[in-house]
Amino acid sequence: MTTDIFEITLLSLKVSLFATGISLFIGLPLGTWLALSQLRGRRFILSLINTGMALPPVVVGLFVAMTLWRSGPLGGLHLIYTPIAIIIAQTIIAAPVVTGLTASALQQLDPRLRLQLLGLGASPIQMVTSLWREARLPLLAALMAGFGSVISEVGASMMVGGNIRHQTRVLTTAIVLETGKGEFQNAIALSILLLILAYLVNLGLTLIQQRGVR
Amino acid sequence: MAETILGMRDLVVRRSEQTVLQVGSLDIEQGEVLAVIGPNGAGKSTLLLVLGRLLNPQVGQVYFRGKPIEQEDELTYRRRIALVLQEPLLMHQSVFDNVAAGLKFRGLPRGEVKRRTEEWLKRLDIIHLRNRPAHRLSGGEAQRASLARAFVIQPEVLLLDEPFSALDAPTRTRLLQDLHALLAETSITTVFITHDLDEALLLGDRVAVLLGGVLRQVGRPQDVFTAPSDGEVAAFVGVETVIAGKVAASQNGQIIVEADGLHLEAVGDAPTGTSVLFCLRPEDITLSHADGSIVSSARNHLNGRIMLMTPSGPLVRVVVDCGLPVVALITRGSANEMKLMEGQPVTATFKATAVHLIPR
Repeated sequence: MTTDIFEITLLSLKVSLFATGISLFIGLPLGTWLALSQLRGRRFILSLINTGMALPPVVVGLFVAMTLWRSGPLGGLHLIYTPIAIIIAQTIIAAPVVTGLTASALQQLDPRLRLQLLGLGASPIQMVTSLWREARLPLLAALMAGFGSVISEVGASMMVGGNIRHQTRVLTTAIVLETGKGEFQNAIALSILLLILAYLVNLGLTLIQQRGVR
Repeated sequence: MAETILGMRDLVVRRSEQTVLQVGSLDIEQGEVLAVIGPNGAGKSTLLLVLGRLLNPQVGQVYFRGKPIEQEDELTYRRRIALVLQEPLLMHQSVFDNVAAGLKFRGLPRGEVKRRTEEWLKRLDIIHLRNRPAHRLSGGEAQRASLARAFVIQPEVLLLDEPFSALDAPTRTRLLQDLHALLAETSITTVFITHDLDEALLLGDRVAVLLGGVLRQVGRPQDVFTAPSDGEVAAFVGVETVIAGKVAASQNGQIIVEADGLHLEAVGDAPTGTSVLFCLRPEDITLSHADGSIVSSARNHLNGRIMLMTPSGPLVRVVVDCGLPVVALITRGSANEMKLMEGQPVTATFKATAVHLIPR
């Protein structure tokens, strides 16, 4: 059981960090672009992204499962019931969160700050990285919210991962299983582990976020 | 004659179908300080953004050293200028890092960044604040940091957008004097935007007047302030007495203007019968007790009664009803010694040469 717990915890952490990382990779540029561009359809896209922030994990799980199912459009990739399937589903859950919160973080900055930076000779990329640094508190909050949304979700992991022992069992699916079996002690132990894990990751991000804040 | 750094020809900027800026022709010469004045919403900031290449005009052309600015890469052009806005807009970093920002954007070596940043922190008298987080500066300190951040770049053109309008009066006065000295020492070509006439008079080698988005007049401060090109410019630059009249007689450069039954003397060459605006600056009007017989070389003596006295700082603005309202600006000392009060009869005296006639 002890090695099992270690394995489950590590997989949870790996899958959710991966999904959060990919979400950051997509969400930071996309959210920045949505915040800064003067595109006509910008508000419409933002409303879609904000709806995406409230996507129920089971709905995401359903669509990813249908897509990766052996007879589905991407069935040939044999990804269903693998950790990669969980990462895909969790990325779909976290990316709108990171994108939407990134956009709102940058929209909160004074719009004249962009003019000021350009007026001091910043290139477009220097301007954007300066804005990110200026908005680093809400941006790291966006990252924490993204991680929080996936480390705690169970529906999608269950549906596309299948809760297979030694392969796709993560903390949340294991808790569901143990509770179903009436093994409350195990379920409680796993829950405490999940909370500690979430705490440690957020502690790390908070320390980065609050660095230099007085 | 100095080289022209920036030139504008037939500029039009529109925002949602409305023309917000219209400049026929304006040249800014190497080393000069051009003060752009106008009330709020006159298009002053828009002009600055166009010069900084942060806004493209719909019509017209901006030239840099004789070449259309589009011939040069946008970033290269923007790195020739430095912008200071009304709000200092400092980043959440130390004062040093804020002031060094422009140099870091340009990828200068660390040693040079440090040397130049420290030099300008010293010149703006904020070196002792170098490690302080910028969001904990007072308004005046923050604007000093913002100025240092622009000067340190050693730009070819410095663009200042009302940098002092958010500051309290004593801070503003000190900073204005320091900026005046720095501009004289560095001879950086500067476009300085303000709605404050005193700032324009102090800093500007030349003054441009923008009203309702249109460039109305450009010239030396004394010319703009004493010879405004039209009635609206006159009203804005503080020629408070503007009387509409007709030239009743004109001979040898001496003109008699008739307005509301009064005959006023001025100097000029408008032909008889033309409609004119008769403009007087309040500083040019002398008040005396109506009973005393006045012997002086001044050609115009108008008798009237004091309608209104408004103190402003060391001065008192006195409105005299002489059939027409005439506004005089006198010192508080004069007002006290003469025991002036509202309702009292006085004589307003001014020289024919103090009158500025604008034909209509």
